[in-house]
Amino acid sequence: MSEATATTLWGRIRSDVPASSREARLTRLYFGWRRLARSSAALAGLAIIALLLLLAIFAPFIAPFDPYAQELSAQLRPPSTINLFGTDEFGRDVFSRVIYGSRYTLYIVVLVAVIAAPIGLIIGAASGFLGGWVDTVFMRLTDIALAFPRLILALAFVTAFGPGLNNAILAIAVTGWPPYVRIARAETLSIRKSDYIAAIQLMGASRLRIILFHIIPLCFPSLLVRATLDMAGVILIAAGLGFLGLGAQPPSAEWGVMLSNGKDYLLSGWWVATFPGIAIFLVSMGFNLLGDGLRDVLDPRQED
Amino acid sequence: MAARSSERLMRVAKIVARQAAILLATFVGLLLVTFVIGRVMPLDPVIAAIGPDVSQEIYDRTREQMGLNDPIWVQFLSYIWAILHLDFGVSFFTKQPVVEDIARVFPATLELASVGILIGALIGIPLGMLAALNRGTWIDGAVRVVTLAGYSAPVFWKGLVLLIVFYAWLGWAGGPGRLSIFYEGLVPQVTGLLLIDAALAGEWEVFRDAFGHLVLPGLSLGYGAAAYIGRMTRSFMLDQLKQEYVSVARVKGMSERQVVLNHVLPNCAVQLVTTVALTYGLLLEGAVLTETVFAWPGLGQYMTKSMFNADMNAVLGGTLVIGTIFILLNLFSDVLYRILDPRTR
Repeated sequence: MSEATATTLWGRIRSDVPASSREARLTRLYFGWRRLARSSAALAGLAIIALLLLLAIFAPFIAPFDPYAQELSAQLRPPSTINLFGTDEFGRDVFSRVIYGSRYTLYIVVLVAVIAAPIGLIIGAASGFLGGWVDTVFMRLTDIALAFPRLILALAFVTAFGPGLNNAILAIAVTGWPPYVRIARAETLSIRKSDYIAAIQLMGASRLRIILFHIIPLCFPSLLVRATLDMAGVILIAAGLGFLGLGAQPPSAEWGVMLSNGKDYLLSGWWVATFPGIAIFLVSMGFNLLGDGLRDVLDPRQED
Repeated sequence: MAARSSERLMRVAKIVARQAAILLATFVGLLLVTFVIGRVMPLDPVIAAIGPDVSQEIYDRTREQMGLNDPIWVQFLSYIWAILHLDFGVSFFTKQPVVEDIARVFPATLELASVGILIGALIGIPLGMLAALNRGTWIDGAVRVVTLAGYSAPVFWKGLVLLIVFYAWLGWAGGPGRLSIFYEGLVPQVTGLLLIDAALAGEWEVFRDAFGHLVLPGLSLGYGAAAYIGRMTRSFMLDQLKQEYVSVARVKGMSERQVVLNHVLPNCAVQLVTTVALTYGLLLEGAVLTETVFAWPGLGQYMTKSMFNADMNAVLGGTLVIGTIFILLNLFSDVLYRILDPRTR
């Protein structure tokens, strides 16, 4: 895009007079961003998550040591200028391990969202659009699933399928879809009766086509908010599974696993457990803050 | 008046019937999930029961006896039948009926979760009220930070930090376990809740020791609960404070204190009770993680140990118990809400 049109485009967006549907979308995005940016809490959350992303991408450049390199002459050293967060029982640099741990967290969060949200989206959209007995059955199932204790079920799943990072992710995702169904259904119900859906129906579009191409895309914003808020909980459950030894396995530099190691060295090395804990705490808080902010932007009525 | 009260009775009966149906469906759903998990387990249940070194003949006979050759729905029905008779199978590891194991360890978890919910409600509700009454001020902001931190921090990490600070560094609180070793077995077991048992026996030293051990795990659970309850309390209060009756009461010249205590708080009561009930369920879950940190001999530790022994009966038994309590608490709060809240009439 050339410089001249860019300035006018920017002007049109800022003054809310879009000239095309693409510009209209950009305009919406811009005003949404302005609303989000008004909340310092949401910005703080965004900053934390951006930091997580950067750490995960550039981990090899940021971490001063190999997170898996054992240095048996340097066991359980307290934090210092060389080992910012000290060293663990194998002399591994805790700071480097925390940095690399961001990759596990990101991996878990993204995979859970990618598995759980679409399941919920499709069930919810189909349920809301088709109505009738389909709706009744799906909603009953969802209510039932919502009444289950999530962590405990994930524990049982992992016990059956065997411990491991991917099984833990699968277990969290499989127990995590019900809230998405609720949201997608609510959105669908509000869209279903609109004129443009009727118009598409008159043009002969199949129900599958309407659900896939015309309803599901409109559910994305609220689903995104829900997913963001959900991620805080996902991180805690994943860390919990790692802590219990059912998620990622040692020597992985996953934060829950590191915490679990550290609990055996509370007296001789408080730093081993403390710093991964702070990392989990910060990221979970970041998702909570951002989710709250996004909710205010996308739906100012729903304040709780 | 009589017609009205019988109408009311009908309404309550209808709610109860409806909720009972939902309860039944949810419970069957839970059983289905545990049944399926038990079946997908890679370990052959026959070998789990009798070991790998048996002849094919014995293997086949045991398989037949265990009903594993029946159609799957028959197996499911007999599974439901067994569970209804509190037969959760035998623990592969302790060689005892799972129900007995759970009955032995559950009081510890119950005690822990109860202390957690007490702390949660006693701190959370005032905190939420404080925030709502000072909306938009620094107090509100401070409460927001404290509550957000409360449910962003993993419960096991809170436990570890508390242990480091108050046990390892300061020595103020008791360490892991429920009792110091020299108090073990001093009080007769009545309820299984050590605080109550010690009080009943008049053993105040044991009581104090048990309390010292409960404080840290109770706090690490209670903080998360307080955070959630506080957040909800704030939003319930704000909802009420927006109502016209509040302005009317103020215009009438009622003091702010009277408005809050006599009008706003009673109107939040139902929502608060349901929130606390649901949080209690979550604490039972959180207890699983907390118990690992504090070597607390409860259901959580039992389940975690069983997991490492691939003791499926024990894990699924624990899942069923916690799941059932969860469902019942859900039901309780729902019924309470529908019966007591005038808006759902």
